[in-house]
Amino acid sequence: MKAGRVRKIAGRVGLYATVTAFAAVLAFPFYWMLLATFKTDRDLYELKNNPLIFNDHLTLANLTLLFEKTLYLTWLWNTLIVGGLVVLITLALALPAGYALARLTGKWGERLGIGIFLTYLVPSTLLFIPMSRIVATLGLQDTLWALVVVYPSFTIPFCVWLLMGFFKSIPKDIEDAAMVDGCSRARAIVQIIMPISLAGILSAVIFAFTLSIQEFTYALTFITSSSQQTVGVGVPTNLVRGDVFFWGSLMAACLITSIPVAILYNLFLDRFISGFTVGAIR
Amino acid sequence: MILPAVLYVLALVGFPFCLSIYLALSDAKIASSTYAFVGLDNIRSALESPTFVKALGNTLIFTVVSQALVLVLGKILATCLAKPFFGKSIFRFLILLPWVAPISLGTIGWKWMLDSLYSPVNWVLQALHIIGKDTWPMWFGERNLAMASVIAVHVWRLLPFATVIILAGLTSIPREVNEAAEVDGAGFWSRELHIVLPLLRPILTVAGLFGIIFAFTDMTVIYVLTRGGPAQATQVLASLAFFTGILGGDLAGGAAISLFLFPVLVVVAVVMLQIARRTEVT
Repeated sequence: MKAGRVRKIAGRVGLYATVTAFAAVLAFPFYWMLLATFKTDRDLYELKNNPLIFNDHLTLANLTLLFEKTLYLTWLWNTLIVGGLVVLITLALALPAGYALARLTGKWGERLGIGIFLTYLVPSTLLFIPMSRIVATLGLQDTLWALVVVYPSFTIPFCVWLLMGFFKSIPKDIEDAAMVDGCSRARAIVQIIMPISLAGILSAVIFAFTLSIQEFTYALTFITSSSQQTVGVGVPTNLVRGDVFFWGSLMAACLITSIPVAILYNLFLDRFISGFTVGAIR
Repeated sequence: MILPAVLYVLALVGFPFCLSIYLALSDAKIASSTYAFVGLDNIRSALESPTFVKALGNTLIFTVVSQALVLVLGKILATCLAKPFFGKSIFRFLILLPWVAPISLGTIGWKWMLDSLYSPVNWVLQALHIIGKDTWPMWFGERNLAMASVIAVHVWRLLPFATVIILAGLTSIPREVNEAAEVDGAGFWSRELHIVLPLLRPILTVAGLFGIIFAFTDMTVIYVLTRGGPAQATQVLASLAFFTGILGGDLAGGAAISLFLFPVLVVVAVVMLQIARRTEVT
């Protein structure tokens, strides 16, 4: 009995030690950004200091520099515009497709769904060269519109797949009952299916939005002028001038952008993962 | 209703893909809009160039090593997170940060953490007496260290994703199976080996396949950290395609290089479809 208890306590300690070690390493870069955001230059660049703590008073100078002397707010705004428009395009196309695929009976519905999902896996690094040609032909190079047009090519497949799974979980009887009561199909969808699907639609919105914030390759390829960049590309390419790194402001920009995105994404993560497990779990 | 979504995806995934094959067989340059058909010349010259061969080798090493580490560490971490313990949601948030935050920004954090002068990683290693007082590793300056750095950062980035997928698999294993084995006297390791791992196989495959795609086609981590240096030591196919096709202006050459990403995608897609079909039958 006693040996069993000792083993149980040892197991707990081992469990906490392991998770703490993992969490410490995985989250460390963000702790590091937090430190750098509020450190004075004197503290940052003094090699004798312990880099893991504050050795000087805290400062807001890095934040002031970031917001007043760089294009950070412009990039943030660009990112929001692109994300918002991408969400609208994605919803307009993925909602009907997801619904139709969910109601398509038989093997073909499932196969077509998987086929669409697989196109999500075609990476930007395979397509960015022909894409740059297409963007140039459309006259969109170096504008945010290039990203607005191109991003749905990966958000639509993912959201169709996600919404298809979601609509499948809604029993067909509900809309059948409404149609028996004299509702048209379109009205049944808009008035009955959409309201109970809000959670699924919301997660599609979040993913289309966060996926477009996280994208890097296309944004790097299509956009050259600083004022048109998104946060993901603007910060790493513009806050470095030659060999001069504005580390304090750079880290502040990374932190301020990452945390809201992380919180948003985290709330819906389980649904995101269930999209990835394809059919391996039943 | 499916048609608009399918058309959009075909126009922006299918069409560029065909265009990339065509570009790869032509002599297209960014500067000129006319190009002639040159057959397999680009493919041949890519295969003959030592840089390309080096990049192909690097891509394979990068992918295999990072994914092996991700799966092993992900399994360990998922086993811990499957147990109930106090403060789990906070640990979960911290552990997920690298995946949910925009990747280019997280990588910038690492760029400084592995800086040649101010690296806190080196500082900690010295404080723990893992490396001597006089050694100060130049992470991006030496070939092997640079490769180790980009692999480590990629593992850091993908570990949370694999962990959550494996965790979903673990929680789908009925509790009774494990309990019955425990009653029969099976210890932790024998249960892991004979029950948990075989049951987890499909989900581990899925996690591995997505990981392979993300690693094989990634260029963000490498672009931000090393730009392929020093002396091409960390150049991978995706980054080489970018430097050749976009920055170098040789669209045809770049397209030819990125086409080499395609075979891996096909293999992954085939395995994925098989998994989906197997669950369809049972």
